[in-house]
Amino acid sequence: MKICLTSTGNNLESFLDPRFGRCNYFVIVDTDTMNFKAIKNDASEARSGAGVKAAQFVINEGVDVLITGDIGPNAKMSFESSNIKIITGIEGSIKEIIENFKKENI
Amino acid sequence: MIISIASGKGGVGKTFVSTNLALSIEEENVQFLDCDVEEPNAHIFLKPQIELIEPVNVLVPEVNENKCTYCNKCSEFCAYNAILVSPKKIVIFPELCHSCGGCSLVCTVNAIKEIPFKIGNIYKGKYQNIDLIYGELDVTRPLAVPIIKEVKKRIDKEKIVIVDCPPGASCPVIESVKGSDFVILVTEPTPFGLHDLKIAVDVISGLKIPFGVIINRSDIGNKDLWDFLERKNITLLLEIPFNRRIAEFYSNGIPVISYMPNLKEKFKILFEKIKMMVKK
Amino acid sequence: MKQVVILSGKGGTGKTSLAAAFAAIEKNCIVVDCDVDAPDLHILMKPKVIKTKDFYGLKLASIDKNKCVQCGSCINNCRFEAISDDYIVDPVSCEGCGVCSLVCPANAITYIDKKAGEIYISETKYGPMVHALLIPGEENSGKLVTMTRFSANMVAYEEKKDFIIIDGAPGIGCPVISSVSNTNFAIVITEPTESGLHDLKRVIELIDNFNSKPFVIINKFDINNEKTLEIKNYCESKNISVLGEIPFDIIFIKAMLEGANIIDYSPESEISLLIRKIWSKFKKLTEKN
Repeated sequence: MKICLTSTGNNLESFLDPRFGRCNYFVIVDTDTMNFKAIKNDASEARSGAGVKAAQFVINEGVDVLITGDIGPNAKMSFESSNIKIITGIEGSIKEIIENFKKENI
Repeated sequence: MIISIASGKGGVGKTFVSTNLALSIEEENVQFLDCDVEEPNAHIFLKPQIELIEPVNVLVPEVNENKCTYCNKCSEFCAYNAILVSPKKIVIFPELCHSCGGCSLVCTVNAIKEIPFKIGNIYKGKYQNIDLIYGELDVTRPLAVPIIKEVKKRIDKEKIVIVDCPPGASCPVIESVKGSDFVILVTEPTPFGLHDLKIAVDVISGLKIPFGVIINRSDIGNKDLWDFLERKNITLLLEIPFNRRIAEFYSNGIPVISYMPNLKEKFKILFEKIKMMVKK
Repeated sequence: MKQVVILSGKGGTGKTSLAAAFAAIEKNCIVVDCDVDAPDLHILMKPKVIKTKDFYGLKLASIDKNKCVQCGSCINNCRFEAISDDYIVDPVSCEGCGVCSLVCPANAITYIDKKAGEIYISETKYGPMVHALLIPGEENSGKLVTMTRFSANMVAYEEKKDFIIIDGAPGIGCPVISSVSNTNFAIVITEPTESGLHDLKRVIELIDNFNSKPFVIINKFDINNEKTLEIKNYCESKNISVLGEIPFDIIFIKAMLEGANIIDYSPESEISLLIRKIWSKFKKLTEKN
């Protein structure tokens, strides 16, 4: 399964970034192989519609799950049209969260 | 002749000056435009008989999903992130759209049509001899400028046009004062008033429009403001001392001028002064 | 962490003086000036700037005269009338949409970043402050507000602050929308005038569209008791708590003339005590949220 997390940094030791649209990085992890990539979030500097731009990126990446702190109304509307499962209100390091996710704790 | 009344800081008496100036020179054939479309107040004092209400629309995209190939070009192009393309659905965010028309230009299958999206109204009416036109932004709509543009399209150059501007120093202010023959900057002699006046002076000087300053509540503050005007060689047009009666009339939405002939005379002289300055 | 925005609809109702007072009373807070067009809060807070960040607004079209074939496509397609007949881009009108470079057959148009303001992270005697300045005449103050709040959130997050107190802009347009979105509470400062009430209603309607809970403070309530009653009745009908009524007092103006925070200028005055009462009432009412 492919999951996307909003992250303060570009590795698995970084912490989850509580903001969606203006997070620093997206970390995309394949939970089967634990391969991951970290991509700088272009939307964080967007003049307007950062939530929409970030949502477009996540949709284009074709992930199954998004884990973040909180998402705004525009991003929420954007995801309504997709099949991506959204999990919010999460804190902690990326590694920790993925492990918890795999154990189905979140 | 177009005279705009502006200020950096809000609540210093822009609407007070503009409405009373208009009423003082009524015989001149006045057209009054309220460009503070976020919080228009002039109609509270110039209680108009409304003759016409026109909606203001901007164009936003509508996607025909039967034609759409979900290629994502429109979303990539949009500088404002107003279009989202998911695998089987398009989501439009009209309040983010700036109506540039780019999305329909990049669409290769002609799936995008532009449709009107209402953002506010223009009201047209008459109070005594004065033609009043004001715009009102619908609540939750962010863009004031398209409404200000619509208000200003209705300028009657044959008349003396008084423009009440929004506070601040960004795009709505520029749009409101653009094309004016003269700008009156209203301020008060406080650190806030002076600080925000300096910003407003920068903006108006940048537009190269002649301007002067009215000091409202001129007896409440300190001398720094006068020093600034002198140093910068800025014309002081008028000083209006604080007067509890003015404040009371104002709070009840009553134009002061009808009860204070003295002030009316001052505004008349002010108008003559501005005419002279514009001629130069 | 709770975010509270101070708004007014109408300008000049005492928003900034009260925001500064609340920041002085609340010990564990960060204060943010989001009236980026005409910021005044620093006059009362006397911040020492620690870090300055450049803010880039809209991108701006730039036409390369050597490549331009003067075909007129850009002029005809620009919806903002930003390109003159002699192919000069008006920086005020250009909204950086990208249409001109899309239609240009000669690839003569590029987009450049334009510095539109600065964001400051500062220290004050009351705690951290984040503020900004829009270069006069620049547009997109909404984005500057968003970026300013973004910087403030980072500081508040790191320093574990209980409150972010935001001094908003007058009006209801884009900078105000950016100030109110994602806040927990909005305190609207109004005055008992016809204009004050008119503008209050519009700003409350705006707040209703966001998930922020509104409160009202009536400033200079005694300049028109009838209008004050009208405002209270309106608030009651909308189920909005009036946190307090502050009388017209010359001491407010005196403090401002000294560039001083009322809470320091005259700590034992009735006004200062009243403002303290208002803030604790606000905290009490919002404890559970």
